[in-house]
Amino acid sequence: MTKDSDYISKKKFMEELGRYRKGSITRRHFLNVTGLGAATAVMGAAMPGLRPSPAFAGGNIGDRVVLATWPNYHDPSNFEAFTEATGAHVQVNVFGSNEEMLAKLQAGASGWDVYVPTNYTISTYVDEGLIEPLDTSKLSNYDASAFDARYAEAGSVDGTLYAVPKDWGSTGMAVNTAHNDGKPISSWKEFFDISRDKFSGRSMVHDYQLTTIGSALNYFGYSFNSVDEAELADAEKLLIDVKPHLFAITSDYQPSMRNGDAWLTICWSGDGKQLNTDIPEIHYVLGAEGGEIWSDYYAIPKGAPHSDAAYALINFLLDPTVNAKEVMAHGYPTADARTFALLPDELKNDPILFPAQELLSPLEFGAAATLTDPNRAELMARFKSA
Amino acid sequence: MTQRTRNWLLLAPAGTWFLVMLIIPLTVVLIFSFGERAPAGGVVPAFTLEQYANLPARWAAFKNTMTLAPIGTLSALVIAYPLAYFLAVKVDPKWRTILLVLVIVPFWTSILIRSYAWIFLLGGRGIPALLGWFGIEGVRLINTPFAVLVGIIYGYLPLMVFPIYVSLDKLDKKLLEASSDLGAKPWRTFLQITLPLSIPGIATGCMLVFILLMGEYLIPAMLGGGKVFFVGNALVDLFLQSRNWAYGSAVAVTLVVVMLVTVTIYMRLINRLGANRDDVSIM
Repeated sequence: MTKDSDYISKKKFMEELGRYRKGSITRRHFLNVTGLGAATAVMGAAMPGLRPSPAFAGGNIGDRVVLATWPNYHDPSNFEAFTEATGAHVQVNVFGSNEEMLAKLQAGASGWDVYVPTNYTISTYVDEGLIEPLDTSKLSNYDASAFDARYAEAGSVDGTLYAVPKDWGSTGMAVNTAHNDGKPISSWKEFFDISRDKFSGRSMVHDYQLTTIGSALNYFGYSFNSVDEAELADAEKLLIDVKPHLFAITSDYQPSMRNGDAWLTICWSGDGKQLNTDIPEIHYVLGAEGGEIWSDYYAIPKGAPHSDAAYALINFLLDPTVNAKEVMAHGYPTADARTFALLPDELKNDPILFPAQELLSPLEFGAAATLTDPNRAELMARFKSA
Repeated sequence: MTQRTRNWLLLAPAGTWFLVMLIIPLTVVLIFSFGERAPAGGVVPAFTLEQYANLPARWAAFKNTMTLAPIGTLSALVIAYPLAYFLAVKVDPKWRTILLVLVIVPFWTSILIRSYAWIFLLGGRGIPALLGWFGIEGVRLINTPFAVLVGIIYGYLPLMVFPIYVSLDKLDKKLLEASSDLGAKPWRTFLQITLPLSIPGIATGCMLVFILLMGEYLIPAMLGGGKVFFVGNALVDLFLQSRNWAYGSAVAVTLVVVMLVTVTIYMRLINRLGANRDDVSIM
C-alpha cells in the first residue's frame, strides 16, 4: 500500500475524495482514479475470503450495511475486508440481550440490515412478522448440508428458511481458581452456595432473565426452561437471597473478571475462552445439573433498508475462510463442517469450544416460551429492583 | 401584523415542539398505562387499572430514587455553595473566567465516558488499591449506593454551581460593607445577607439537579452494577427487557406525578421563604 503515492499524490487523492463525497463522481471512478480499486482487486485475488462472490460482484450494494449483534462477537478485520471488497461500510450496533433486540424491532424502524438472533427467538420473530425469509440464491456460500442440523434447525420455521447458523455455544460459569485454592467449581449448586459464602461480593449473574433464572432453576435440579410457577418461586427466593452477595448483575462481565474485582460469573463459552486464553487461572465450566446450549443465526429483519448489502454481508461471513477467522476471534464453535476443517488443531481439540459429549448432554436449548414468558420477565425485574 | 398574531407566531415554534415532542407522547404513555401487555410483549389497548395496582412491585426503585435524589442534591449543594461563593466573592476577577471555564470543562466529554473513568477509579485497582497501600484493606466502592452517589455529585455539580454563582455575583457588595459597618461579624453577615440573597440560585440549582436525578438512568446502571436500581432503570427494563409497555407506562406516569407533586411542594416552600425574606427586608 505504500506504493500508492506512485499512482496519485496525496493532494490529488484528497481532491478526488472530496469529489466522491460530493457525489460528482461515482465510486467506481473514485476507486479507479485513486488506485484503491486496483489494490482491492489484487488483495481480493490473493485472499480467497476477499474474492468478490456473485452476490456482490454484480454492482453497487450501497455504502453501508447495519449489523445488530452481540459484544466481542466478530473479527473487525473481516469487516474491513468486506468494506474494501464491496465499498459498503459495516456499522455495528451491539446489544445486551435478545429481549432488547426484539423490543427494538417491535418498536419499529430499527434501521438494521442484518441481525444475530438466538435459536429460541426465531419463531417469535416469524409470528410477529419481523423477519424476512432468506433467498438462498443470493447466498452462494450457504450450503445446508455443511451444517450440523442440531445448530441449524431453528433457522427454519414451517419449512421456510429465515436464518443461517453463525455459531453455537454453551452457558456455563467462569471461575477464577486462584481464589478457590486452584479448584474450579462444577455445579450451579456450588455457584450459588459459594457466592453466599467464600465468594460473597465477588460473583456476577447476567442481566438477562433467560440465563440468570435458568441457572437458579438448575440449582434446584429444575429445567433451565421451566415456566412452572412453583419452580419459578423457588428460583426467585434463591436469587433474592443471593442478591446482597453479588458483585454485579451485568452481561458485560469480562472487565471485572479481568481486573480481579469479580471471581465468578455466569458466562457464555466464547467469553470463557477469551478469559481463559488471557488469564489461565480463569476456568470455564459447565454446570453438572445442566444449563443452556444455544445457536446464533444471521437473519434479515423485515424492511431492512439495505437488503442487497445485507445478503452480501451474510454471504461474506458464511465464507469458510472468513468464518474461520471469526471463530478464532470470538471463540465460539462453528456448526459449519467446512469452517471447522480450516481451524487450527488446538481449537478443534479445545475443551471450552468443543466440550465432551457427556458434558453437553444435560444442556438444554432455550425455548421460545422461556423468552416470552411474562412471569419470568417480571421475576427478573423484581429480582433487580429488590 | 397585529400584536396578537405576532405573539402567536413567536410562540409557534416552542408550542409545536411541545405539542409533538411532549404532549402527544405523554398522552400516548397515559393511554398505554391503562392497557395490557401483549403476549409477546408490547401493549394491547384495554381499560384496566391493573398496571397501577401492580405499582408496589417497583417500590424499591421508587424508594432508591426518592432517597438518593435528595441526598445527591443536598450533597451537591453543600459542595457547590462554597465553590460558587469563592468564585463570585473571593477570587481575583482576572482569574474568574478561567476558573469558571474549568468548572464547565468536564462537560466537554460525554457523561458516559466520564462514568467509565469512575468505574476504574472506584474499582478494585483504583482508590481501594490506593487505600490498601495505607493499610486500609478490603474497601469496596464500585457497585454500591456510595459509588452511585459519587457519580451523581460529580456529574451534576456544575449545574448546582452556576445558578448559585450567578445569584452571588449579582449580590450588591455594598450590602456586605454596610453590614460590616453596622458591626456585624462576617458570619452574621453571611447568614443574614449573603445566604438569603442567594436563595434564588440555591432554589434553581436544587430544582435542576433534583429533577434530572429523579429520571437518572445512566449513573446507577454504570456505577451501581445493576444492583442500585432507580425508577429510570426500572423503566428501561420494562420497555427493553420484559417489554411490558403497559406497566412501564404506568410506572412512567407515576414518576411524572411524583415529580409534579414534589416540585409543587418545593416551589411553595421556596415562595414562602421568599415571602418571609421580603417581610424581613421591609422591616
